[in-house]
Amino acid sequence: MTQLFHPGAIAAILLASAITYALRLGGLLLADRLPRHGPARRFLDCLPGTLLVSLTVPGALHAGVEGMIGLGACLVVFLRTKNLFFTMAAGVMGVCALRWIF
Amino acid sequence: MKALFNGMQANVPLAVSAMAYGGVFGVLSANQGVTWAEMMALNLLMFAGSAQLVMIEMWSVPMPVLAMGLAVLIINMRYLLIGASLQPVFDGRPLWKKALGMHLVADENWAVTIAAHRRGGTCPAFLVGGGLMMLTAWSTATITGNLLGGLIMEPERWGLDFAFVAVFAALSMSLWQGRQDLLPWLVAAALAVAGEQWLPGKLYIALGGIGGALTAVVLEIVQNQRNPRPKKEPIPDPPDKTGRKDLQ
Repeated sequence: MTQLFHPGAIAAILLASAITYALRLGGLLLADRLPRHGPARRFLDCLPGTLLVSLTVPGALHAGVEGMIGLGACLVVFLRTKNLFFTMAAGVMGVCALRWIF
Repeated sequence: MKALFNGMQANVPLAVSAMAYGGVFGVLSANQGVTWAEMMALNLLMFAGSAQLVMIEMWSVPMPVLAMGLAVLIINMRYLLIGASLQPVFDGRPLWKKALGMHLVADENWAVTIAAHRRGGTCPAFLVGGGLMMLTAWSTATITGNLLGGLIMEPERWGLDFAFVAVFAALSMSLWQGRQDLLPWLVAAALAVAGEQWLPGKLYIALGGIGGALTAVVLEIVQNQRNPRPKKEPIPDPPDKTGRKDLQ
């Protein structure tokens, strides 16, 4: 029989799910207590974007020149279409094409 | 019941798009050794695309359970704000409705619900309908990709290893709020690249994220000092701020 769950996978999935659910419901229940203005608000507003940038850029650098060009392709397509799927496809196809050519 | 159906319908275009990248995502998960059962458990219990992507990227034996939990906490911190912004939709509803409805909140059906709410009110059922639509599309696509994924040889040849970066890039760009984000984002990128060299594990992500967001706070304070506002008035949004005003 093939293995359905790796050792530790169930714990990881349950922990991650509990954290996510707690954030969703917690946000709703705490709605009145979160800052609506001021520096703390700006920090919270900005955090998702800067976190994702921090995830993206080192990975793109590891992919070398192709990665940089792929990232450029993502940027151009996103600005034109605002569509998540097309943006991703442009990056993957760009990198793929460059690897086949060179 | 009608609102549930309307919510499903309103999310169809987003569901189609989610299916497209969910398929790629499923293929990636197979390459990382994630089984279909693990993927399905993540879909049903966590139901959060970008956090799933990060977990799959970290997937290895032995499972880094705590590091994954921390990463998910950071990535999904936005749900705290998303949850808070749904307060008017759930206003006056009993706790059990809030507890059930909030599980199926994803970025997509949240955005659709907030937009509908501004056009003339909506209800939790509309949100849940959208969530069910997204869950169905997402699960179908990721599981299909996962089962077919093992058949694709040499994923590097097809640029699929870059798909992680491309998805993250696409998600980041959708969070762009305007020019005032430029410097914070540059600081975040620089700190992340430097931190990756010097810090253990995935700590560079937190370093970049927090450093970048702090930059934004400093920028705002400096700007406010240059153009002081009358004290009693609430601080308005900067005029060039686009998107995600819903969180206010």
